[in-house]
Amino acid sequence: MHSLEFDIAHFLAGGMVVISLLLLYQDRLYALINVFALHSLALALAVGWQAYIQDAHHLYVTAGIALLFKTIFIPVALHRIIRKLGIHRTLEVVGGVGRDMLAGAALVALAILVMLPVTAGADALSREDLAFALAVVLLGLLLMISRHNAVSLVIGFMSLENGLVLAAAGARGMPLAVEISVAFSVLIALIVIGVFLFRIRERFDSVDMQAMDAFREERRR
Amino acid sequence: MNSTLGFIAMTALLAVPAVSALLLALRSSYHIGARLNVGAALLCLLAAIILLGARPEDNLYLRVDDFNIYLIVLNNLVSFTTSLFSAGYIGHELAIGRLTPKYLRFYHAMYQALLFSMNLGLLANNIGLLWVAIELATLVTVLMVGIYRTRAALEAAWKYFILGSLGIALALFGTILVYLAAQPVMGPGLPAMAWDQLLIHAKAFDPALLNLAFIFLLLGYGTKAGLVPLHAWLPDAHAEGPTPISAVLSGLLLNVALYAVLRFKMLMSANPEALAPGPLMVAMGLLSLLFAGFMFYRRGDIKRLFAYSSIEHMGIITFAFGMGGPLANFAGLLHMTMHSLTKSAIFFAVGHISQVKGTQRISTIRGLTATHPLIGWGLVAGVIAIAGMPPFGVFMSEFLVVSSTFAREPWLALPLVLGLLLGFGTLLWRLQGLAFGESQGANNPSPPWVNTLPMLAHLALVFIAGFWLPGPLVVWFQHVAALLG
Repeated sequence: MHSLEFDIAHFLAGGMVVISLLLLYQDRLYALINVFALHSLALALAVGWQAYIQDAHHLYVTAGIALLFKTIFIPVALHRIIRKLGIHRTLEVVGGVGRDMLAGAALVALAILVMLPVTAGADALSREDLAFALAVVLLGLLLMISRHNAVSLVIGFMSLENGLVLAAAGARGMPLAVEISVAFSVLIALIVIGVFLFRIRERFDSVDMQAMDAFREERRR
Repeated sequence: MNSTLGFIAMTALLAVPAVSALLLALRSSYHIGARLNVGAALLCLLAAIILLGARPEDNLYLRVDDFNIYLIVLNNLVSFTTSLFSAGYIGHELAIGRLTPKYLRFYHAMYQALLFSMNLGLLANNIGLLWVAIELATLVTVLMVGIYRTRAALEAAWKYFILGSLGIALALFGTILVYLAAQPVMGPGLPAMAWDQLLIHAKAFDPALLNLAFIFLLLGYGTKAGLVPLHAWLPDAHAEGPTPISAVLSGLLLNVALYAVLRFKMLMSANPEALAPGPLMVAMGLLSLLFAGFMFYRRGDIKRLFAYSSIEHMGIITFAFGMGGPLANFAGLLHMTMHSLTKSAIFFAVGHISQVKGTQRISTIRGLTATHPLIGWGLVAGVIAIAGMPPFGVFMSEFLVVSSTFAREPWLALPLVLGLLLGFGTLLWRLQGLAFGESQGANNPSPPWVNTLPMLAHLALVFIAGFWLPGPLVVWFQHVAALLG
């Protein structure tokens, strides 16, 4: 019989997986960003709860970073970028929403089937967290490969990083160095991506990755 | 006394590039920037040489041991010669207006930041710190690749960024899994992420977790090492960035990524019940070798051609370490060194060539030995060396890989030799067109011979290594080969 603590941790981590699946079928950029903010909020709560039950105070910092940076700052910044570039239009999904959702469900099953037997020795809490984290990572990958748009690629990558932070928080007593570095990397990632988005806009008049692909084909010939 | 000196040298390896990166970011003058860049790289090289004799004591973050010391020296040697080459190269790029003074400042600062991150990666005694270092190196090189701001450069940088970040993300997941495997045995906290501690306790780790971790780590760091099928970023990044960066990417950064894989391989070998990492590495190595061999044929861009050659050689090295055993490991270490020196020499030559011809297209480069004898013959020597012909050092290491494979797994030797011959044939065929025949296209004057010194120095080292290796080096290779298991 599991304790209430376990149930809440389970609920929050599971919530992240569900929100990852939500990300998969968003067909408007603003909606995609809002769902990502929700994803980060769930992460902040999950990490905060881990901090509380593990009595690991440094994890509160990680939760705080997730809340301030990923839930508020990045979504707001992305909203602004999109307004500035005037690209708030519908997104096309490469293989269709139905196929993506099926693939997503399969990936979640895969993550659970891989992680649970492997971690049989570990305590139940980190096991389940890790399985969900792997599911979030895989869904982030799926989002990245199923979209052409640069902004959705970035969101896919950040949701993947959220999964990594969840895994790091679930590993009991993992030193802070890693969490800060992850947060740090997202910061740098945003700068790099920001630069790229503007440059791409400058040179290509769109942030559609297909424009770049088409160009590449031309050059190779 | 010795350990204090060692500690100072180790700190210098990190502090010098970090401080110079800051200083260089403030100065936009070409003369001061290029000299400071060379000076900082020279200081790092000296510090690395001091470390050979004076080892600092290990701590939970940094460590110098038998395995990484040699790579640290190699890393700083090639960074130093590349900084010399880069001074001449960048001067020319400024003169023709391809690079503006604003980006120059950025370029030099990033060069030092890259040196810092590679030194940090090699020195790290902490799997988290290693990951941070490789992540930093990735971000820095992404910015460097996109520095020309052309469409092609931005596209290459973007592709590299996305694939590199994915690799980095997978590697982090693997790192967390290693910690999870270590934590029940060693308790929570920093020791459970330190190499030396992990290695002592690896026997008791849960093998299933370790297996899963290694697969993530191999895929993650393998992406950074350019192993097929995770190589897609590599040719673009090499072709579109400034040539000194291609030299550092190929000669050094790929080594650092491979070094990370090898560290984790050691961890796997220390646990008797864990999956043997050898077959996985052998398979990826062979695949890279054969794939690159076929890709040589239809390349139109000279830097892209040699980028595929880097994939080929990373494949050979991974194959050798995957085979394992004293002889194959010895060959792998030797090949790592020879490839670094030769490939950076080739990129130096290619940098000169693309500047005198004003193009990177192979079809418009003809008859270099007639018009520009020094760089033309330099390229010939470099390509002969990298193709694995005697009397150069690459021949020795490839010979060792092949003979140890024949001795142990004759069937694996077949695809290996096939791949080597394929690369050999195509490279020499491409070289013939580049170096001989009637000259074509624009012919700018050759660079002053002083600028070709880094290339000549590397070629001389590889030539000497072809028939004589210094005794201490052989002892070191043998010792580390035994450590790698």
